[in-house]
Amino acid sequence: MAYLTGAGDTPFGRLEDSTPLTLMAQAANAALADAGLVRADIDGLLCAYATTLPHLMLSTVFAEYYGLQPDYAHALQLGGATGCAMVMLARELVDAGRCREVLVVAGENRLSGHKRDAAVQTLAQVGHADYEVPFGATIPAYYALLASRYMHEYGISEADLAEFAVLMRRHAAAHPGAHLKEMISVADVLASKAIAAPLKLLDCCPISDGAVALVVSRERRGGSGVRIAGAGQAHLHQHVSSIASVSDLGARRAAALAMAEAGIGLADIDYLGIYDSFTITLLILLEEIGLAARGEAAARLRSGDFAAQGKLALNTHGGLLSYGHCGVAGGMAHMAEAQRQLAGKAGPRQAGERHCALVHGDGGVLSSHVSLILQRDG
Amino acid sequence: MDKLAAHFWNGCAAGELRYQRCRACAAPQSYPRAFCLRCGGADLEWRTGRGRGTVYAWTRVERAPSDEFRALAPYLIVLVDLDEGYRMMGHGAAPLAIGERVRAGFFEHGGRHLPRFYKD
Repeated sequence: MAYLTGAGDTPFGRLEDSTPLTLMAQAANAALADAGLVRADIDGLLCAYATTLPHLMLSTVFAEYYGLQPDYAHALQLGGATGCAMVMLARELVDAGRCREVLVVAGENRLSGHKRDAAVQTLAQVGHADYEVPFGATIPAYYALLASRYMHEYGISEADLAEFAVLMRRHAAAHPGAHLKEMISVADVLASKAIAAPLKLLDCCPISDGAVALVVSRERRGGSGVRIAGAGQAHLHQHVSSIASVSDLGARRAAALAMAEAGIGLADIDYLGIYDSFTITLLILLEEIGLAARGEAAARLRSGDFAAQGKLALNTHGGLLSYGHCGVAGGMAHMAEAQRQLAGKAGPRQAGERHCALVHGDGGVLSSHVSLILQRDG
Repeated sequence: MDKLAAHFWNGCAAGELRYQRCRACAAPQSYPRAFCLRCGGADLEWRTGRGRGTVYAWTRVERAPSDEFRALAPYLIVLVDLDEGYRMMGHGAAPLAIGERVRAGFFEHGGRHLPRFYKD
């Protein structure tokens, strides 16, 4: 058994004078405090990568800086799916008896640490260096290509996409740490600056500074534990040019593996932490996983199902779209929030009593998929 | 740039859309490799396509990644299914819609000849 016993984060936004290491340390402090652990208890360390601190050995750079001497450590890279992949691996390490307490941490000053264009250009490199990047493509452009095709096949409108930006902003407004809290309307999203048609500025997540840390433990601690009950992955392509079908990108396969392992079905899920780098990302993932019928995710949103008090509370922290996106930690914020909601520790944001969460991360251009099932235990 | 990519881009400079096809199983592939993605065979030939295809997806980039591309913005980026059976990224001449028939042309930008697809 593996439990998510600690979650810690920094606020997201512009955090002047921060570095990946200072941010990661701040989040690690909070996660250790949440888990009731001290540094010496940590015997496993998983880190990600930081575009503002490219290093061959980020995990041991952090271990030395923070004062950890773990028995097991390395970094892992899977774009936006890295956070979920690290927690999946931490669970394997704990289940295998290799580690007792694994610290999973990521953080980056992606907003304040890059000059203009640098972040956009760095991220565009997930495209193919010889056959995509030379066309002046950007991450929003890759997703916009996917969006154009998916919207064409399932009759989705730009207003449908906009609803997701509005919902994420409403959720972020309730979180003191969120990057963007000013309320927006569907009309605001539709009127926002064009980025890569059909995506406009408010269809895109912001670039933020921030960090998140999680502790994965062999033993449950505290009143109500959060168990990592299932995990699954799927990797069907890397580049948008190589996508075989926009109806089978890997999300459904990853979620099905995770649910099968947990012995549950879609009907058992009552909380969602779904990767939302763009509005289209969120809509496609919800529909491919089966949380809404094809072409129906926006209708399900409008009916209130994805609201904080809805049947399937979705990203109650505000997601990447409004809580913010600082790289790997951006996708980990969904897990931190899911852990708090399941443990009943979300404070004023508490979305009633939640028992079973599906958390899903994607990396690249809906290229790499990792799903986790988290369950309240006791 | 590796030799295979250089051969593709040299083709663009010569006004040709070059692609690889497997001599063993006849599968075309979307970007060149030292082996066939379908059968794993290493006997591949280069062919020059007719440059005609159908738009699979498109976007209009307004926020360009660099000064070099800001000079060109807004510009269309498209994914095109070529009649020879493979898909590639290229520029597009506005306006284009999904499902529309296109033919390839080329334009010089930043020292490269980029394929650009026009309504056929």
